[in-house]
Amino acid sequence: MKYMLLIYENPGTREAFFSDEKLMAEMNAYVDGLTESGEYVGGEGLADPSTARVVRIQDGVPAVTDGPFMEAKEYFGGYMIIDCDSIERATEIASLFPPSPVGGAMEIRPLMDGGGSED
Amino acid sequence: MPAESVEGLLRRLAPEVLGVLLRRHSQFDACEDAVQEALLAAALQWPSEGVPEHPRAWLITVASRRLSDAWRAEHARRDRENADFAALPASELRAPAPADELPSADDTLSLLFLCCHPSLSPSSQLALTLRAVGGLTTPEIARAFLVPEATMGQRISRAKATIKDAGGTFSMPPDAERDARLKVVLHVLYVIFNEGYTATSGPSLQRRDLATEAIRLTRLVHRLLPADGEVAGLLALMLLTEARHAARTGPDGSLIPLAEQDRSLWHDDLIREGTELIAATLPRARLGPYQLQAAIAAVHAEAASPEQTDWPQVLALYELHERVAPNPMATLNRAVALAMVHGPHSGLDLLATLDDEERLAGHHRLTSVRAHLLELAGDTAAAREAFKLAAKQTTSVPEQRHLERRAARLSAG
Repeated sequence: MKYMLLIYENPGTREAFFSDEKLMAEMNAYVDGLTESGEYVGGEGLADPSTARVVRIQDGVPAVTDGPFMEAKEYFGGYMIIDCDSIERATEIASLFPPSPVGGAMEIRPLMDGGGSED
Repeated sequence: MPAESVEGLLRRLAPEVLGVLLRRHSQFDACEDAVQEALLAAALQWPSEGVPEHPRAWLITVASRRLSDAWRAEHARRDRENADFAALPASELRAPAPADELPSADDTLSLLFLCCHPSLSPSSQLALTLRAVGGLTTPEIARAFLVPEATMGQRISRAKATIKDAGGTFSMPPDAERDARLKVVLHVLYVIFNEGYTATSGPSLQRRDLATEAIRLTRLVHRLLPADGEVAGLLALMLLTEARHAARTGPDGSLIPLAEQDRSLWHDDLIREGTELIAATLPRARLGPYQLQAAIAAVHAEAASPEQTDWPQVLALYELHERVAPNPMATLNRAVALAMVHGPHSGLDLLATLDDEERLAGHHRLTSVRAHLLELAGDTAAAREAFKLAAKQTTSVPEQRHLERRAARLSAG
């Protein structure tokens, strides 16, 4: 089963993370560990929300708004996709995410797949 | 019988060649790598140069050579020998198979037991079985499971290391463990089948091969263990399920439930084979859950229309299933049969007993069965809510679409 781990950050988390060498080393080891176990499918970090654009179709016309959307205390900062045997294992992986102690949260979402049984 | 394709031949020989190597060398990870390389070399050479007279001996020779290369060599030297090898005509590698190189029936079974070693996680058991016994390449397995090749490669090498650490050996498990170990093997084959069977067309097409592969491997196990009732039952179940495949998805990829399927699309040959197999097995073997599920599938297959389904017999078989192997999924299925025989309220009452069942709590199957029975009972509003809830609970795209559609149908009506 594949899960997406959505990484929520707040304005201070990345600063705190990048200024902590030990934490960054732990993060590398964390991804290496998931890669070695054959559970790591992929992941990306997102740029700061101030660089974002939002598109909404209004009356059939796309309306484009620039960021930032600074009211949000937490925003989506990146994701990882893992493929593991159970939600319990996915939870374990999420709870070991090294940057968590400096803030933010992890949301675990099962991925939809194309299969399905009729009975 | 049509001529066997090179690919089919290689896949058939893969476990036999690995078995021979393992009997000599016992180092599973190194032997398995060597056999994969030999298979790859054959896949490149045979189509253009022709299949050697003794294909098995050719593969054993090449794999053994790869194995000793790997043991001896530093990188530079191995590269040179690879080049030498590539230049070698296939005829030079032809060697009659000595007696000890003949495959033994136990080899393939021992190999399956090893790949489904209890120290491995389920997903590793699947991957390793497909590679070592099924002769599939890592990229093929990765595509089938929709993960990057690197992920699958890691999973396989990790699995081999785990077996090594756990002291797994290439031998038949002791008699006391044999039944339990065989159960794991059958479960792995069943999961491989389901991964392929439940895949719909389109982007998941390659996953369909998994169903074919699972049937091929289960046929193999059935040939090796003809007296085992559960092996026969699993094979019959796969054949009878696969028979419905063409009817189970609409042109737009949506799911079509059993009761609404166009039965003329069912595959008669598979139904006949599956039905005969289960009919021959039931009277003589010790009863087990795969045989019972196959028997139920056979009852459905017999009915020319949903109305002609022999529900009392289905109900009796589910009751037996629960006695032989109690599990909440069997109870859930029995609730449907119960509703068809004694009315939807009996089914709903039985479902209520499952609400506290941890393995089913929040499971879309429980909710969708309840929705279906509520609809039969005429409680449209509750049925609609239950279909909507089930649609939220499933992680399958076609299932979600199907459940949303059923909810919408109730709103309209």
